[in-house]
Amino acid sequence: MALHNELIPQADAAQLSPEDFRKIGANEKQSEVIQRESLSAWRDSWERLLQNKLAVTAMIVMLIIIIMSIIGPMISNFDYQTNDLMNTNKAPNSVHWFGTDDLGRDMFVRTWMGARISLTVGLAAALIDLMIGVIYGGIMGYFGGRVDEIMNKFAEILYSVPYLLVTILLLVVFEPSMGTIILALTITGWINMSWIVRGEIIQLKNREYVLASRSMGAGSGRLLFRHLLPNAMGPIIVTLTLSVPNAIFSEAFLSYLGLGVQEPIASLGSMINASMSAWNLYPWRMLFPAILISLTMLAFNIFGDGLRDALDPKLKK
Amino acid sequence: MSQPLIEVEGLKKYFNLGRGNILKAVNGIDFSINEGETLGVVGESGCGKSTAGRTILRLYEPTAGSVRFNGTDIYKLSPSKMKAMRRDMQMIFQDPYASLNPRFTVTDIIGEALDIHNMAGSRKERKKRVEELLDLVGLNPDHATRYPHEFSGGQRQRIGIARALAVNPKFIICDEPISALDVSIQAQVVNLLQDLQKRLGLTYLFIAHDLSMVKHISDRVAVMYMGRVVELAPSEELYANPLHAYTKTLLSAIPVPDPEIEANKKHILLNDEAAGPIHSKDGAPSQDLFNLDNSQLVEVSKGHWVAM
Repeated sequence: MALHNELIPQADAAQLSPEDFRKIGANEKQSEVIQRESLSAWRDSWERLLQNKLAVTAMIVMLIIIIMSIIGPMISNFDYQTNDLMNTNKAPNSVHWFGTDDLGRDMFVRTWMGARISLTVGLAAALIDLMIGVIYGGIMGYFGGRVDEIMNKFAEILYSVPYLLVTILLLVVFEPSMGTIILALTITGWINMSWIVRGEIIQLKNREYVLASRSMGAGSGRLLFRHLLPNAMGPIIVTLTLSVPNAIFSEAFLSYLGLGVQEPIASLGSMINASMSAWNLYPWRMLFPAILISLTMLAFNIFGDGLRDALDPKLKK
Repeated sequence: MSQPLIEVEGLKKYFNLGRGNILKAVNGIDFSINEGETLGVVGESGCGKSTAGRTILRLYEPTAGSVRFNGTDIYKLSPSKMKAMRRDMQMIFQDPYASLNPRFTVTDIIGEALDIHNMAGSRKERKKRVEELLDLVGLNPDHATRYPHEFSGGQRQRIGIARALAVNPKFIICDEPISALDVSIQAQVVNLLQDLQKRLGLTYLFIAHDLSMVKHISDRVAVMYMGRVVELAPSEELYANPLHAYTKTLLSAIPVPDPEIEANKKHILLNDEAAGPIHSKDGAPSQDLFNLDNSQLVEVSKGHWVAM
């Protein structure tokens, strides 16, 4: 019954006569107005990225590592190569924050110097991959047909050669140095990027907006640089971000094998290698470089995943 | 009678599918469109309508045939002359969600043609022209700095129309411009197209598979089947007096708004599952119900052509 009572006032209100209505007209121009703030596709992705807490944390960790690898060696009183044989294998203390190694060198400075080398190699290799991959993949995808077939076969052949074999051969022939490592990593590293770019371009070049641009008389340059590549940028950036930790790990791995940068220059991989002989006595010598390399790879990978979700929300399940 | 603006003669477009298979998407079509006229093209999915449209605009290089625009064979033009020619011929696309570059603002989408043809002297002029065009298609010029994803399907299609109009074309190919839109928006866009035709004296090639809409907008209608025109007639004549068996089949598929008539209506069915536009190199041409390979368009009454 309570329900019925509640309904009564509404029933009264429903007794409206035509005089209660007033025609205010329809303003078509008004109905077209968009209220939402205008956002470009990039802004939209950025805001989506900021909502992903894990990715933001990874980004902050990444930034801290990058900044520390730049200023870390400067805020300490020590340098990375001066031996101090009075203070070898010291545990972390207030003077040597990360302890010292078997030659008394400060581990704090060496760890960040190693991170600097690793990041430089990782970023440089990724950027070179990007440049070669975009040009090569762009040509394959855009021209298609015979050109695509031949270039793709070449890439496949190169890809089928064991990468480690090529790398080790290269490092034996040339002096092991940072340049050689970057060369070794990029000699096959760009292929993946070129395939990503090729796939994107092939998919995009038959989109109607590309046809529309062609029907207006746009040339190859405009199509590639104004329409195709900007729209392929999402997957390119994600591949780039995810190839950095790969390169960092490869560098550490090669350095660990002794094929990387040579003493006294520090690299995270070679520091772990040097600590191996006495890791149970002086665990900090292995701990700090190992933590840093794990953290770097984790941060880059999580950030890359977050970036992929932000740039292409449709991919997320 | 006005002059033909577009004359299409023996146009063929084959796609090589590899392994000797050839897709004869457009297999010899002829028609002409007079200035200020709308020619509708209807046919089922995959009959070559869109390929024909794109080949006429030379977005695809033709396998054979010619397209004359005001008497000039556009397939014989050098790249630079072709580029100039493109100002006269534009296209409106089917999918308003795929036909606008998501990274461009509306100003850049519409202004791109102006940039390509150096038609805007300064940024200010360009902006003014874009606002003019937006107003012409009934969009709020304040939205010029927005991105395509902020608009509805109908609004996007109107942006596409504004883009096509930017270079003051004489001839526009409308490639199913309404089939991706809601029914309520379809009428808006069709009315806009008709209104623009009157105001700007445009000539349309209107590709669609919605038969009632084509009847509404077209002066003449061409029916395509498997890459060929099987019937071409003034639209009233075609709908009142269809001669080709395929046209009859197609027209029988138009739904009638009266459920009783619709329920009792006899649908003519076409048993052409074996037929297809793909031809293998060695084998005989594919099954073809109407023996189109050996038929020709014959004028049976004034302006009414049918394949026989």
